[in-house]
Amino acid sequence: MATLTKYTDHNALLQRNIKFLPGDMKSRRFRSGILWPVLKAVFVFVALFVTPCLTIAAEKPKDVAAKKSTDWFDTGKTTFAILTIVVCGTVIGCTEVARRGKPFYVRPIAGLQAMEEAVGRATEMGKPMLFVPGLEDVKEIDTVAGITILASVARMAAEYDTPLEVPTSRTLVMTAAREAVQSAAIAAGRPDYYNEDTIYYVTEEQFGYVASVCGWMHREKPAACFYQGKFFAESLILAETGNSVGAIQIAGTAEMSQLPFFVAACDYTLIGEELFAASAYLSGEPAQLGMLKGQDFGKLAAMILIVVGCALATWDSFSPPVKNADGIEAPSRSRWITDTVLKGG
Amino acid sequence: MSKTIPVVIASAVGYLMFVACFSPYLLPWRQTAEEWYTVVATIAMLYGGVNLCTHHLKKISDREAGWGFSGVTLIAFAVTVAIGLLKVGVVPESVKHLDRAWSGQFQQEGSAFWWIYQYLFSPIVSTMFAMLAFYVASAAFRAFRAKNVEAVLLLLTALIVLVGQTKDREITSLLLAVPADGSLPNFPIADLTEFIRKTFVTAGQRAIMIGIALGVVATSLRLLMGLDRSYLGGDE
Repeated sequence: MATLTKYTDHNALLQRNIKFLPGDMKSRRFRSGILWPVLKAVFVFVALFVTPCLTIAAEKPKDVAAKKSTDWFDTGKTTFAILTIVVCGTVIGCTEVARRGKPFYVRPIAGLQAMEEAVGRATEMGKPMLFVPGLEDVKEIDTVAGITILASVARMAAEYDTPLEVPTSRTLVMTAAREAVQSAAIAAGRPDYYNEDTIYYVTEEQFGYVASVCGWMHREKPAACFYQGKFFAESLILAETGNSVGAIQIAGTAEMSQLPFFVAACDYTLIGEELFAASAYLSGEPAQLGMLKGQDFGKLAAMILIVVGCALATWDSFSPPVKNADGIEAPSRSRWITDTVLKGG
Repeated sequence: MSKTIPVVIASAVGYLMFVACFSPYLLPWRQTAEEWYTVVATIAMLYGGVNLCTHHLKKISDREAGWGFSGVTLIAFAVTVAIGLLKVGVVPESVKHLDRAWSGQFQQEGSAFWWIYQYLFSPIVSTMFAMLAFYVASAAFRAFRAKNVEAVLLLLTALIVLVGQTKDREITSLLLAVPADGSLPNFPIADLTEFIRKTFVTAGQRAIMIGIALGVVATSLRLLMGLDRSYLGGDE
């Protein structure tokens, strides 16, 4: 957080000190603004990827319904590909803007701000902390997001010399977690803090893992528990056990069905996108924060699609059903959004 | 270099997966990458087994809190692995291999491994899962305390959904007069439950899902571009 404030202040100072000549001020503002790099990134993506793909697709005969393994591009996903590229281009463009020094406002996330408080509480109480990186393997993006949060928590824990226990349910997650904690300890100037015995493999079996972690919680009474990653039915068992031992609990998951359980049983919950924003937020790096701003443009696109979809659905409800020459009812206009824009035509 | 090479491999495979989503030509490459992952994960499983043994042996040797459980874990692990590998109780499945006792599957019905799974492992897992019901009750008790207006609204909504999910027409028939034709009285809680689930819950869930999808895109790009290397231990 301190880094983030420092960075914002630094850029505010830069903005005040920059003086342009009146003639090219507008042009420079445009180029240093958010729109120019976004447009440039989108243009480069379209030029390098979309145009060749569409050209190849256009050369294919239209009546070939089945996708051959020799096809370079699946024409059924054209619209979706363009949408993906525009969203990715926007995110990359915002990163470029942030790299050039434009400060972005990132709304405070209570769960992330409470992490330092949780580490401090554990330090004051002289009790260990628990970090659960979820039940899935490292190929899941939720788990990767969890490990990036672990790196930040481990750095704080190393600074305060507070023990951190990381039981994992997958060996690859254990290896990644060890790397993350070791590097965090070195970054904090405390390489001796790292102890690989505290990051260990338990079992891949869901309830066997839960039994082991809950047993440890009852024995050691941790002061803070972090659940960051992909969770299933075990989420409530873990959170309720943590609650019963009086630990401050911060959870984060993108698993929709488990969010209500975490909200009910934990002190703070990172809901969906907040889990993925955590790494960027905690790192305070301009490029990573720029990506968060890029997501907002994606949300804007989603909002526009929702409004257009609602308008088309309303239009459909007021107009009589259209039938084609064979007497078959034509698909509704609102289906254009779902069938063409989102899935491809 | 020890961090650069993994980042390059991760990014290259990531880009391949991304492009293969739109290009059928690259699908075989994608499948190969997935097979490589399976091989790496399998090797890592052996590493996990070794780590499990060393971790628990150390706990026993240091007489740490709960070391007895470590003993139970190690014994259970050793016995299960031995029974599975030796195929205890397995009978030949094929007529051609009647003279070879080990030719059957290790999970064969009636084998010792099957018995362990059926009569030890399964009941233990079911017990753990059954405990969830009590945890749901205690979490719901805390969450639905009517502390403020929002909590009261949440409580009322939860009550409607709860009653609507429990065959309300049969419950309300106990309270309301039965119509002359003998049909169940129509009390609209089930309809109200459906309305809440389809309108409010779906709208909220979709908003979160859009956020998650965009978060996944941004996180994936951070990893593909090598901006975020903390999953590999950062730059230190």
